[in-house]
This record gives sequence, C-alpha cells and structure tokens, in this order.
Amino acid sequence: MREVELLIIGSGPAGLCAALSAAESGARALILERSFRPGGQLVKQTHMFFGSERQYASHRGVDIAELLLKKLAEYGERIELMLNATAVGFYEDNVVTVLKDEKEYFKIRAKSVVCATGAFEKSLAFPNNDLPGIYGAGAVQTLMNVYGVRPGNRVLMVGAGNIGVIVSYQLLQAGIEVAAVLDAAPRIGAYLVHASKLARMGVPILTSHTVKEAVGTDCLEAAVVWALDEKFKPIPGTERRFDVDVMCVSVGLSPLNELLAMRGAEMKYVPQLSGLVPLRSENCETGIPGVFVAGDASGIEEASSAMAEGWLAGLCAAAKLGYVPADFEARRREYLSQLENLRSGPVGERIRAGMKLSLLEGGMRDV
Amino acid sequence: MFEKTGVAAPEMVLEKFPSVERINRGPVAVVECYQKIPCNPCQTACPLGAIEIGDDINNIPQRDEELCGGCGLCVSKCPGLAIMIVDGSKSPDSVEFRIPYEFLPLPAAGETVLGLDRAGRPLCRAKVLKVLNPPSFDRTPVVTLEVERKYLYTFRNFRREAEEHG
Ligand SMILES: Cc1cc2nc3c(=O)[nH]c(=O)nc-3n(C[C@H](O)[C@H](O)[C@H](O)COP(=O)(O)OP(=O)(O)OC[C@H]3O[C@@H](n4cnc5c(N)ncnc54)[C@H](O)[C@@H]3O)c2cc1C
Ligand code: SF4
Ligand code: SF4
Repeated sequence: MREVELLIIGSGPAGLCAALSAAESGARALILERSFRPGGQLVKQTHMFFGSERQYASHRGVDIAELLLKKLAEYGERIELMLNATAVGFYEDNVVTVLKDEKEYFKIRAKSVVCATGAFEKSLAFPNNDLPGIYGAGAVQTLMNVYGVRPGNRVLMVGAGNIGVIVSYQLLQAGIEVAAVLDAAPRIGAYLVHASKLARMGVPILTSHTVKEAVGTDCLEAAVVWALDEKFKPIPGTERRFDVDVMCVSVGLSPLNELLAMRGAEMKYVPQLSGLVPLRSENCETGIPGVFVAGDASGIEEASSAMAEGWLAGLCAAAKLGYVPADFEARRREYLSQLENLRSGPVGERIRAGMKLSLLEGGMRDV
Repeated sequence: MFEKTGVAAPEMVLEKFPSVERINRGPVAVVECYQKIPCNPCQTACPLGAIEIGDDINNIPQRDEELCGGCGLCVSKCPGLAIMIVDGSKSPDSVEFRIPYEFLPLPAAGETVLGLDRAGRPLCRAKVLKVLNPPSFDRTPVVTLEVERKYLYTFRNFRREAEEHG
C-alpha cells in the first residue's frame, strides 16, 4: 500500500492552497482530483472575483487557478497532483481508497488528510423537472465556459444568488438570451453590484416568484412561473409563461463531505453553512486528529475564504507532521485574521453564526 | 426596490455623483457600490488614494472627488463593474462617459449606439468616441461615449444597433 505524508482530496482553491501551504513548511503532499483537470470551480469562472487582493480579487477565477498551479509547479516533486483519481472511501488509520481512470482501484495510507472536496448543487422539485433542457447552473457553466457549447437559445434562470446572477451574465456574454431571473425570496441574494450588471442589460429579476411547472413533450418548451406571498405560498392567477428551451436551476450548494462522515468525524446540520458539516477546531482540524477540512466542504462560502482556509489547514496539517516553520504562529494568525476580515460584514453574519455552531468544544484556542 | 430589482433608485444614484461643478472641471469617477460586501480592488487600483475603504474590507468605498483625477484605472478593476467616469468639461451640451463593457463584438469609434438606462431600457443615441482594451484591462474593455447632457444621471449602458433586431 502506498504511504504518503499528507493527502489532500480535491484540487479546488482550498486543496491547492493547502498543498502550497504544507509544502512551504517542508511537507510532501499528494493531491487527488476526480476530474481530468485541476482547479475545482475556478476553471468555470470567467468573471472577475470580488474579495481582497490577497486572495486575487479582480482576477478571473480561471486565471486564479492558473496562478495557483504555476506556484504548485515550483515545488516540484514535493507536491504530486493525481488527476482522474476519485477518493471513494476513507477508513480508520487514514486509509483512503482511490478509483483511478475508472479502472485501477488502490489504497493510500496518509499520516494527515485535508478534505477539500467542495460542494454539490441542490435541486428543486416541480412537475416535469426531469425534462431535457433543465440543468443545474454548474452544468450550464461547464458546457459554456469549459467546452464552449451553447446550452440553448433562451434561458430562464431560477435563483438570484451570486451563482444564478453571474451565470446569467455569462449566458448573455455567450450571446444567449436570458428571459428572466426568478427567486422565491423577497430580496435578491446576490451581491447587488452583480444584479445591477444584469438589470442594466434589460434582464428582469423577479423576486417572490417560483416555478409552477415545466412544459414540453420531448424536451423543455416553456416554463410557467407564479408569484409567492409573504409566507412563500403561490398566488393562483399570477401565472406567467416563458417560452424557453433551457431552465437553469441555481438554488444553492451543499457541502460535499461524506468521506469525513465515513471516517467517523462528528457531523452536524448547520443551516447557515448550507448543510451537514464536520465539527472542527479554528485550525480546520476535525475531531479526528490529523484530519482537516477546508473550503466549501466545511460550509458554503467563497473562493477567497476557501483559499485562506486551505492555507491554514495546510500549515496546521504540516505542523502535525512535525514541519513547524519558525513563523508558524505568525502565519496561523495571519490566515485567521484574513478569514475574520472576509467574514466581518453583514453578508458574513450567517457564516460567523455557522462557524460558532460547528466549532468543536474547546476548539477555540486562546489568541 | 433596489434589493428586489437590482435597479438603484434615482436618489441613490444622485448621491454617488460628484458635484456638477466638479464634473464640468474634468473626468471623475462615479462609484455605484451601495452594499457592504467583502471587496476592495477599487481602493488598491487607485494610484491617487482617491477611493477609501479602510481596514474593514466590507466598508462601502468612498471616492474623494477632489483627489480623483479621472484616470479610469479603477473602472476595469472593479469586479462589480460598478464604476464609470463622467466628464462634463468638453461641451456644455454633452457629457463623456467611460464605461466598462464586456460583450463582443466591441463597437468601433464613430459608431452610433443605443444608450440604455439602469434597467436596460432604451434612452437615447450615444456616439462611441474610443474603445480601450489593453492587456492591463484584463478583458474588461472601456468604451468612451458622448451623450446628451440631460441624460447625465440616467445613462448607464448601451447596446449596438445591429443587436436591436435580433
Ligand atoms: C458561478 C460561481 C461564481 C462564483 N464567484 C465567486 C467569486 O466571485 N468570488 C469568490 O470568492 N468565490 C466565488 N465562487 C465560489 C467559489 O468558486 C467556491 O467557493 C470555491 O471554488 C470553493 O473551493 P473549494 O476548493 O472548497 O471547492 P471546489 O472548487 O468545488 O473544488 C473541489 C474539488 O474537489 C474535487 N473532488 C470532490 N470530491 C472528490 C473526491 N471524492 N475525490 C477526488 N476529488 C474530489 C472536485 O472535483 C473539485 O475539483 C463562485 C462560484 C460559482 C459556482
Ligand atoms: S479614476 Fe483614477 S484617480 Fe479616480 S478613483 Fe479611479 S483610479 Fe482613482
Ligand atoms: S471594487 Fe467595485 S464592487 Fe468591489 S468594493 Fe470597489 S466598487 Fe464595490
């Protein structure tokens, strides 16, 4: 069985930064990535990121992935990236089973593990929601921005969070019409600068609206939507029909972390973090010593915070392995203060509440 | 309403505009960022320190109309495309706008386009004076347009005429 010092599962911004951070301390890391290309969500993001300059704000997501991968290459063999390699099991003694290229199946034992597996998309229940032409926002983005394929001609976007609004804008950039953006909530969830970009392109944003049903025989032909009252109950008589060949569902993400549950980490449902999350210390260590979590897998947030958590988890995982750099405490505090800063505003309020609920008892060290 | 539609109310927009006297002196930035979000590239982009966010990255950017020289460096750096430059010094009847525009094909200098308001509604004709798209703008081109002065507070976007039909 192959033995490694540090195993990182997932090569999104959190996993890549964890690897860089650990390697900087002197540790050796192996990154497993189930996709054929590294970068996680970043490779689909053609828009400029908000956030702080320290987390590459104002760069486009896809370029941030390039930047991180270039840095990774500087560490040579200290960091190994294995693509088309899915972690399928996580057992006692940190044994991880891996399916590579859908044919090889083998085990790896790691002294330390960082789980940076990201998130999965939630779906929405309505009649005929299985018609071809109804996609998740992630699929539309992948088709359009990774493969250069138009998903259709006229789109109804369901969900006015950051993802729904940003993907709508990218659809317009690809020359695809966006009929409207709906959201059941009475207010737009996205950052309003992003919503305004869409509004001034003439795309109506309909808050307090949801899908009544999808219409079509072999594929989507139209969508019927209706308004919701303050109690989120549909108001009969407010139905509107949009003739669209694509419906894009973007109603949120949930943390993807079954591997940690399988390993026996204590999990808790925390609505503010959008699902089941592992309890952890402020250093991103779960209840199982040497097993860390970072990025969306620990609660849905943003790439900026995923990167800061990755740096923190990589630093602390390396320290567990005995690689304690002279400036360990200074670096640890720096990452913690970056996270605190990113989460300090009104939009970070939910995250702050969620973090408190997901902290291991005694997990907060005195600073 | 802003939080339901994404369209800022006229009085909110007005508050972000520099004084007419300042606009008539030369180019100056209008920073339409209304919400506390963790974001600060505008502050870092400005060589003159004219945009201030401060220690808390969530603060709303404050632009100092006297410090701002209207260079436009912040325009293509803002991920929210929330910044534009207005210049009322060229003529008493018109205003020059510099706005970020991320759609292809780009317009050409001399072209007449359809000016749009903040809800994307047709507003006026606008004349394209210049299109800048250097590598340093990182694929956020900036288009300079001449617009009748009465649309100073309502003009915000444009559409190429050819696109109107299909
Ligand atoms: C449309 C859109 C716009 C966004 N805009 C912004 C923005 O402007 N600013 C910002 O800061 N954030 C933004 N984000 C959010 C940001 O992309 C995510 O928060 C960030 O990518 C999370 O990073 P991560 O590393 O935790 O997970 P991911 O990026 O999801 O990476 C997880 C990786 O793990 C891999 N993986 C999963 N399971 C396994 C397994 N079992 N074995 C091996 N590999 C596995 C996946 O294939 C993936 O590559 C946006 C997201 C979207 C969708
Ligand atoms: S236009 Fe130039 S001087 Fe004015 S705020 Fe922007 S970057 Fe600063
Ligand atoms: S860069 Fe743009 S979106 Fe970010 S704070 Fe500045 S004005 Fe607002």
